[in-house]
Amino acid sequence: MSEHNPFPDEGNTGHIWDDNLRELANPPPNWWMMGWYASIAFIIGYIVIYPSIPMFDDYNKVEQTEDGIITGGITKGVTGWTAIKEYNKALAEVEAVRKPYEDKIAVMSAKEILADEALSTYVEHSGKVLFGDNCSACHATGGAGNPGYPVLADDDWLYGGTIEQIQATISTGKKGMMTSHVATLSEAEIDTLAHYVVGLSEGKTDDVKGKSLFQSKACFACHGMDAKGMAALGSANLTDGIWRFDEEDKFASAKRTIAHGVNAPGDDKTRMAEMPQFSDNMSEADIKKMAVYVYKFGGGK
Amino acid sequence: MSEKSTQEQSLEDLYAEAQEHTINVGDVKIHAKRMGGKFRNLKWASNFLWLIFFIGPYLRLGDRQAVLFDIPARQFHIFGITLLPQDLWMLSFLLLFFAILLAVVTALAGRVWCGYFCFQTVWTDVFTWIEDKLEGTPAKRRKLEKSPWNAAKIIVRAKKYTLWFLIALLTGISFTAWFTDAYQLWVDIFTLNASSTVYTTLLLFVVGTVFLAGFLREQTCFWLCPYARIQAVMIDDTSIVPSYDVSRGETRGRLVKGKPTSDDQGDCVDCNQCVAVCPTGVDIRGGQQEGCIMCGLCIDACDSVMEKINKPIGLIKYASWDGIMGKKEKPLLKRPRVWVYTTILVIALSGVITGLTSMEPLELKVLHARQPLFVVQSDGTIQNRYTLKVLNKMNKDINVSISVDKANDFQGLIIKGAEKEVTATHGTVTAVTIFVKVPRKNLTEKSQDIIFHIEGTDALGTVYQSDRNSVFIGPKR
Repeated sequence: MSEHNPFPDEGNTGHIWDDNLRELANPPPNWWMMGWYASIAFIIGYIVIYPSIPMFDDYNKVEQTEDGIITGGITKGVTGWTAIKEYNKALAEVEAVRKPYEDKIAVMSAKEILADEALSTYVEHSGKVLFGDNCSACHATGGAGNPGYPVLADDDWLYGGTIEQIQATISTGKKGMMTSHVATLSEAEIDTLAHYVVGLSEGKTDDVKGKSLFQSKACFACHGMDAKGMAALGSANLTDGIWRFDEEDKFASAKRTIAHGVNAPGDDKTRMAEMPQFSDNMSEADIKKMAVYVYKFGGGK
Repeated sequence: MSEKSTQEQSLEDLYAEAQEHTINVGDVKIHAKRMGGKFRNLKWASNFLWLIFFIGPYLRLGDRQAVLFDIPARQFHIFGITLLPQDLWMLSFLLLFFAILLAVVTALAGRVWCGYFCFQTVWTDVFTWIEDKLEGTPAKRRKLEKSPWNAAKIIVRAKKYTLWFLIALLTGISFTAWFTDAYQLWVDIFTLNASSTVYTTLLLFVVGTVFLAGFLREQTCFWLCPYARIQAVMIDDTSIVPSYDVSRGETRGRLVKGKPTSDDQGDCVDCNQCVAVCPTGVDIRGGQQEGCIMCGLCIDACDSVMEKINKPIGLIKYASWDGIMGKKEKPLLKRPRVWVYTTILVIALSGVITGLTSMEPLELKVLHARQPLFVVQSDGTIQNRYTLKVLNKMNKDINVSISVDKANDFQGLIIKGAEKEVTATHGTVTAVTIFVKVPRKNLTEKSQDIIFHIEGTDALGTVYQSDRNSVFIGPKR
């Protein structure tokens, strides 16, 4: 910076570098100053109208009053606006739209909801979130199923595919059970049964050796004489093309299931098949909605 | 009144006021002189076209507004035609049409839009007309501008601003009325029941109109408007635009009584009237320039002076640069840009017409469910889920039946969910979920084409139908 000012009359600040590079003391343009004053006026207006300064008072304090929630802070704003009030108001608007449907769902059975076109359409559209939160982790979006988890969009149901049965399954949960046969059946017998089961799923019924073993080893006790399963027990229908434990190699899949069972105690190779109970986590109305939603994937009976 | 002043003034009077009218360099406010003439009348006529903007919303067709851009309901009603968001593609053709129309008009006859039709020009013209009526001639207006605020000035200014405000308010209301029921709008506005959107729009229009047409005026054309810049580059030597005949006018020189004119003196008597009447304050004698909105008012001014001094009119006239320079003008049909523009115009227009005439009253869209793509059923059939969206553009509901065309390609095909006819609600989309089942053995490809067909009959017995292609997806083969 230069000691002596070679440009005394141009109104510079006296800050001069490199002989002639200097800082002028020009006032800011008018429009800029107007904008600046307008900004100040805006902030003052904002502080008066809205809650702004969260100090001196415990601003974490949340107080429930008749007209909503009041938070702490030194300036509460003359309008009494808070983000939570606005949220509650918006929520109330949405719930007012939903109310006529939700009121009906609360008193109607799942079957009645399904029969009511407007209600079942409402459930079809609004059930996506509920299904996404609770079901799709295992059963995948749209009930497409995942390896080890049943497809919900098909018409094969272990525990029955009527709307009441679907509702009961969601509500109480299900735990598959099949005893482990690794100790009671020989390897050859397991092979024979596995061949028989694979044949059944492909529509072959002429495996006499397999059929007699199926009967003599009392497989029919659970799967039924016709091998079509029993909804009350949750035993699989062995005659259709849908596999509860669907693997590329059907024979190996059948062998493992026969040998080690499903949820068989004490067998660490056993199949795991458990549907949790949802009556604790979901309301009765939500369970009804999910029953309708799942039914409408296209497989309901 | 002042519109006739030039005709009544003598040449000496005109010279006396000539120095008052300066070329616009933006430092002083332009107060253009108003006078009658051919182009002045034309300008009034084109101004009146804007009455459509004010009157249009009040036309009724049956029980609704004839032209209504109903944004909340996502429906545009233009007389008998109802446009839904699905028809938006036509807008691109319409915009193309007007963009090219602007270009073709500019190429042929300059800034016709700017000079005669642009809202900035028209509103400014009306606003300054009011100013002229209330405050007097440009000289008086300049004097008033400089005078201190006294009672007379306050009264005359208050009158002017009130009229400006009313026009601006009416402009805002008229604009808003195209988007909502016009009659109800008036009731709502004055009973303070209109929505905040309406009041915000009105505020913006009042502020915008008064500021742009009342205060900013020609500065908008100079510094704000993009069209001015775009249009100027579309003009070439063959475009017919208001031009000063240089060879006839120069060397310009003032007429002095009793003094003979020199031999090289041209017809321009340097009365400055062309500058005086120019709403943007340019001097046309300097040639074509960005500030010229080509309104022709200088032609009126010059012609009236030429008549006064017994010279032929047309020293300033609509002419091409080639014409002024005495070159042979290219015929209209031999200019390539005329053909290029016309082709684009025809394409754009036929797009809109095709769109409007081929609008199907019933439209089908098919969405194939993506998750799962297909489901194997216990009987070995493959099931696909589809959402059918039936758009009904008619003004009555219609029952439609859903079927699959070319069902022969799929032996044993079954549709679930389409047993009953579906009621397609008018003016909106009705969604139907259906399932299609095909035995696995009858599928030949992983993905096969499938055509959905809807058909409905209205009360008059007219059959409406629509088809839509989709795919049927099965397991890997």
